[in-house]
Amino acid sequence: MPSSQKPSGSSATSTPATSDTFRVPDVVTVPLRHRGRWAGYAVIVLLLGALAHSLITNERFGWDVVFTYLFSETILNGLWMTLFLTVVAMVIGLAIGILLASMRVSHSRIFRGVAGVYIWFFRGTPILVQLVFWYNLAYLYPELSIAIPGGPTLWSANVNDVITPLSAAILGLGLNEGAYLSEIVRAGILAVPRGQSEAAASLGMTRTESFRQIVLPQAMRVIVPPTGNETIGMLKMTSMVSVIALADLMYSAQTIYARNFQTIPLLICVSIWYLFLTSLLSWGQGHLERYFGRGSTSMPAATERVFALRLPRRSDAAATTTTAGSREDQA
Amino acid sequence: MTATHDRHAVHIRDVAASYGPTRVLDGVSLDVPAGTVTVLLGPSGSGKSTLLRTINRLVPVEHGTIWLGDELIGHRRMTDGRFHELTDRELCRQRRHIGMVFQDFNLFPHMTALENVVRAQVVVAKKSRSAAVERGRELLARVGLEDKAAAYPAQLSGGQQQRVAIARALAMDPSLVLFDEPTSALDPELVGEVLTVMRDLADEGETTMIVVTHEIGFARDVADQVVFMEAGRIVAAGSVDEILGSGASERVQAFVAGGAR
Ligand SMILES: Nc1ncnc2c1ncn2[C@@H]1O[C@H](COP(=O)(O)OP(=O)(O)OP(=O)(O)O)[C@@H](O)[C@H]1O
Ligand SMILES: [Mg+2]
Repeated sequence: MPSSQKPSGSSATSTPATSDTFRVPDVVTVPLRHRGRWAGYAVIVLLLGALAHSLITNERFGWDVVFTYLFSETILNGLWMTLFLTVVAMVIGLAIGILLASMRVSHSRIFRGVAGVYIWFFRGTPILVQLVFWYNLAYLYPELSIAIPGGPTLWSANVNDVITPLSAAILGLGLNEGAYLSEIVRAGILAVPRGQSEAAASLGMTRTESFRQIVLPQAMRVIVPPTGNETIGMLKMTSMVSVIALADLMYSAQTIYARNFQTIPLLICVSIWYLFLTSLLSWGQGHLERYFGRGSTSMPAATERVFALRLPRRSDAAATTTTAGSREDQA
Repeated sequence: MTATHDRHAVHIRDVAASYGPTRVLDGVSLDVPAGTVTVLLGPSGSGKSTLLRTINRLVPVEHGTIWLGDELIGHRRMTDGRFHELTDRELCRQRRHIGMVFQDFNLFPHMTALENVVRAQVVVAKKSRSAAVERGRELLARVGLEDKAAAYPAQLSGGQQQRVAIARALAMDPSLVLFDEPTSALDPELVGEVLTVMRDLADEGETTMIVVTHEIGFARDVADQVVFMEAGRIVAAGSVDEILGSGASERVQAFVAGGAR
């Protein structure tokens, strides 16, 4: 390995060859060959070549069709709907998730129980069923009203007017996601040591202040990575709304290939968009993880070591001071 | 208790506390005069931490009363003579005057040293950010860490972390500070720097201090009162000479001879 060259490299410059037999000049060391690795590379290049060849020459992929529809109005409208559903469902899911998680860690047995039943129900039934159920809510409850018992009706609405494909999709996806996110948030809260909320309490913070200032920001380190996964999952799960005829990306593609029978090219077209969006999300997730990881042992220590190697002791301290100072300003 | 008591003094009467079915404090009574230092000694499991934690109600009190000056902690006496439990918010207002320093520091790891000292001043005491930062820097300087303001806890040594934790507690201008084995988690060579900060605080004589520690040397130098606990009770209390001098009980002498520094 290259490490065998290092000590000889530094000594060769300072003292030319002496009678010291423990000191070996650079020219003697021959780097290790990795024959197996090269064979592996060759196989990969061959396979990639074959794949590329077939992608280009196999006309059934219909690349011209893919690129005609990639930026077509129908597909772009579907794309916006998919994005909108993902964002709204995740926001609702996160709000419900935080509420359920705080109920699950509460001292009240009733709160814990209610949250537990919610999670049991929404995790235990297929999302497809939930979507269809919300969409057909009017069948069970034709009219919704708020009324004073024995008194006047304050507000009422025809459920068929309230439940559109869009609101059914938002309800179904959001309520379902809340159940999953609550478990993630709860794991995050439990990962924060008890001493943190005790320290907050000893400074006079109320339970709410302690949760917002101390516990939640630390829980976020644990919450962000799986929530990123959930967001990517949600992006693809929105394609389920095609069962209630909401024109998301997937449904838009389906309506097109139902007419022209170009099934494969259109599925490639939507896959390209899904891949693009998930890449974007992963990139954003990386940034969030770095933000909430500030102050954690692994990350700043590593950067500090880089500074320490290059700079003398005092400017090292100055360097860390300025970087940390700029972070503090953002907070 | 009446209003004639100084508001920095602590009066503990017949306090009992339990974890589940096990009673860990049993009829503890103690007076700590304002501005003095009381050192709590005793074998492991004797209830020293529990006693400290009942004072700021991190542990609920089953029986008995604790007063800070003429203010009853955790309860309010109503006109009908009955005692009502305080709400979370009212309890938090009382805790502001009672600082606590923990064995394992419990600094907030996602904040810089300065922010650790500043945040509660802004959130709890509703000070302006600039005033809080000014006071924060002042306190960091006082514990000898003005140059570490921007460092995160993970970048500080144990002794430095504990000094930040002391600065954080002092930032709320407490009348009373509770120290639960503040040097027990530290390497021996770092113990001195923390004890120095505590000595300075004691010498000022403004803040009442109750200190659980195994540092007998510190107790001899600084304590106005030494309390020895065993099995949830106070078995001896008095001046340094009375408790740690040649006339001390055999039990205390044996405890000091073994283990404690
Ligand atoms: N959270 C808890 N749940 C149940 N029992 C507890 C809990 N904390 C402490 N105890 C028990 O209460 C008793 C008193 O504990 P405490 O921590 O007050 O002792 P201590 O004097 O501080 O001991 P040490 O010197 O080891 O810190 C011990 O018997 C301990 O096992
Ligand atoms: Mg203890």
